[in-house]
Amino acid sequence: MSSPQKTMTGAEIVLQALVDQKVEVVFGYPGGAVLPIYDALFSRKDIRHILVRHEQGGAHAAEGYARTTGKPGVLIVTSGPGATNAVTGLADALMDSIPLICISGQVATHLIGNDAFQEADTVGITRSCTKHNWLVKSTEDLARTMHEAFYVATHGRPGPVVIDIPKDVQIASAPYQSPNRIGHRSYKPQVKGDMEKIRDAVLQAAKAEKPIIYSGGGVINSGPEASHLLRDLVRLTGFPITSTLMGLGAYPASGEHWLGMLGMHGAYEANMAMHECDFMLCVGARFDDRVTGRLDAFSPDSYKVHVDIDSSSINKNILVDKAIVGDCAHVLEDMIRIWKTHAHKTNSAALQKWRARIAQWKKRDCFAYKQKGGGAAIKPQHAIKRLYELTKDRDAYITTEVGQHQMWAAQYYRFEEPYRWMTSGGLGTMGYGLPAAIGVQVARPKGLVIDIAGEASVMMTIQELSTAVQHKLPIKLFIINNRWMGMVRQWQELMHGERYSHSYSDALPDFAKLAESFGCKGLRAEKPAELDAKIQEMIDTDGPVVLECLVEQTENCYPMIPSGAAHNEILLGPEDEDAVSPSEQGKAMV
Amino acid sequence: MAMLVVKEGKAFPHTVSVLVDNDPGVLARVIGLFSGRGYNIESLTVSEVDEEAHLSRITIVTSGTLQVIEQIKAQLERLIPVHRVADLTLEGPSVERELALVKVAGTGEKRLEAMRLADIFRARVLDATPESFVFELTGTSDKIGAFVSLMRRVGLVEIACTGVAAIKRGPEAL
Ligand SMILES: Cc1ncc(C[n+]2csc(CCOP(=O)(O)OP(=O)(O)O)c2C)c(N)n1
Ligand SMILES: [Mg+2]
Repeated sequence: MSSPQKTMTGAEIVLQALVDQKVEVVFGYPGGAVLPIYDALFSRKDIRHILVRHEQGGAHAAEGYARTTGKPGVLIVTSGPGATNAVTGLADALMDSIPLICISGQVATHLIGNDAFQEADTVGITRSCTKHNWLVKSTEDLARTMHEAFYVATHGRPGPVVIDIPKDVQIASAPYQSPNRIGHRSYKPQVKGDMEKIRDAVLQAAKAEKPIIYSGGGVINSGPEASHLLRDLVRLTGFPITSTLMGLGAYPASGEHWLGMLGMHGAYEANMAMHECDFMLCVGARFDDRVTGRLDAFSPDSYKVHVDIDSSSINKNILVDKAIVGDCAHVLEDMIRIWKTHAHKTNSAALQKWRARIAQWKKRDCFAYKQKGGGAAIKPQHAIKRLYELTKDRDAYITTEVGQHQMWAAQYYRFEEPYRWMTSGGLGTMGYGLPAAIGVQVARPKGLVIDIAGEASVMMTIQELSTAVQHKLPIKLFIINNRWMGMVRQWQELMHGERYSHSYSDALPDFAKLAESFGCKGLRAEKPAELDAKIQEMIDTDGPVVLECLVEQTENCYPMIPSGAAHNEILLGPEDEDAVSPSEQGKAMV
Repeated sequence: MAMLVVKEGKAFPHTVSVLVDNDPGVLARVIGLFSGRGYNIESLTVSEVDEEAHLSRITIVTSGTLQVIEQIKAQLERLIPVHRVADLTLEGPSVERELALVKVAGTGEKRLEAMRLADIFRARVLDATPESFVFELTGTSDKIGAFVSLMRRVGLVEIACTGVAAIKRGPEAL
């Protein structure tokens, strides 16, 4: 580490701060307002720079990197269009609580406000899509701000931050300060939960007859220890557990108490158990509308405990009985300790009955599908199921785009560990998966990184294939091509009288040829019989591959809780479609 | 019974004090939070209160159900430059004041009536010309509202008004 007094240029300060914050990789795209930083980067051997093809791709790549490592992702963009291009990624990271450090160039301080070339009010534009942002007006403030930015992005509920640095501030010199301060002047997130409340919660848990644990992305964000503790708690209590889309992998899909994902396209048994339970422990999730369905019918008879590091997530949508503000790992640890020291026992007779009830729901086999052989089309569910079977024994990491394929991936790919599943949950950003896969592959050079993609989504950031080729990142693009914006088509079918307004994926490229033009391998599977061989070829290829699976075009994604409906009004398949006609209120929901 | 967060229904005004770093942009963050999340602002007052510690105090009068006010507090606390948030209405008792500058123009009986009313309200005369006055009045929002509505009938020209400044009674700080 450099001595605290050493004088450096602003650009050098930025890089030294990155190194001192243990950053090994940055994603970025150069431009006029960051040339000094790129110049300083030129001679540095200790920071790897991944040149992307679009700043949105850079932001998602940094997100992917962050989500598979638990470390913050770093992005460097130029002023104006560089910064505005990054906005979608910042908003995505804010919604999914991903630590992201975005360093943007800005026009020189004396030009700010003059509509200078490539000037944009970056802190103004990004204020509502970052956890915090800074415009650094003097090189003296730069080192301190860099370290503060890392602190803010990674402490409490993680999130994206922007450090906007005018070009003259990058050029001028000032003394460098090492990151020595722990804590923050005003931002002091609470990590330890209130013991009294934790004790009460455990007491209620022990009394429960129909308990459920509902866990979310917060458990993953809290670090690997939280996932271990969650597993311990489930083992200790024998409580059934479900998870949000964001939380998959914290508890293993092979675990005996696993109910599957809950929510709009979640498992029947998970949603029914949420509806009928009498005790709910929500850890690191936020009662999102995709999870709750109709609010006034949500889990009507349960005692609800909510553990979250962000107090603003508590009592936002659903009023809970016991609100515990704190970090998941800390609170879970306390719960387990209290459970053990008080030698709490569950009501085993009641639990047995509850499990039997759940087993009844499981028998409905809500994820069943029929794959016909021969000349029939590949079912999208089948494509993902086979992908899972053929990759499950490998060091696999899955990213997705947004749409039906994303939900099928969540349903049919089974995650045993955290940090292996990266999907855009809160913002639902089409175009996320390919760049995110690049970020994951950078962090996991030996891993098998697969983007389960839709043909429409992938067109939004397809240019990043070029990034993969340049940096020798052997990502696999597994395109579920149904020739529709399937999720849009499904809603139009169910809620808008089958008027398929502008949702057909017309004029698609030949994906295999497109892949080859980028220097990737291109493959296509059209029939069920060739699916396995093509997937195997994709896996065995040492380099980036695009495998396009032509699938059944009009398959819908089930189960489905139509928006505005309750958990127990879940549709299991097309035969249920008439059962619930969307209410006007439901129609107005996204 | 599923317990819902009540967002509609009986909303009451609350006076919220927020102690913040006096950074550029901090006001934009607070206002952006209110507009972005659909909370309303009835009054807003900002001023530096501690130059050395670089702290400003923002007083916001907002209205909402108890649960919405709780949300507003939690959202404010989440902003990085925010040091402390207090709901003075709930944590009360507190005192509140606003200051208004009220200009009226008129002659003869109207002018005399304006003067008499100002006297009753203990408003001070800051400026006078043969055909106008500028009154200064401090008080609660109610008192200022009452004064302004009386002045309308005697030649009100314009008003300039601060928002509410509020502070807890007793010896403790925020
Ligand atoms: C950037 C963006 N624009 C629009 C949408 C709305 N949207 C959600 S899913 C979807 C269709 C996705 O189609 P595809 O990628 O082919 O996936 P499929 O549903 O067919 O599996 C659209 C347009 C979105 N989520 N993100
Ligand atoms: Mg599609």
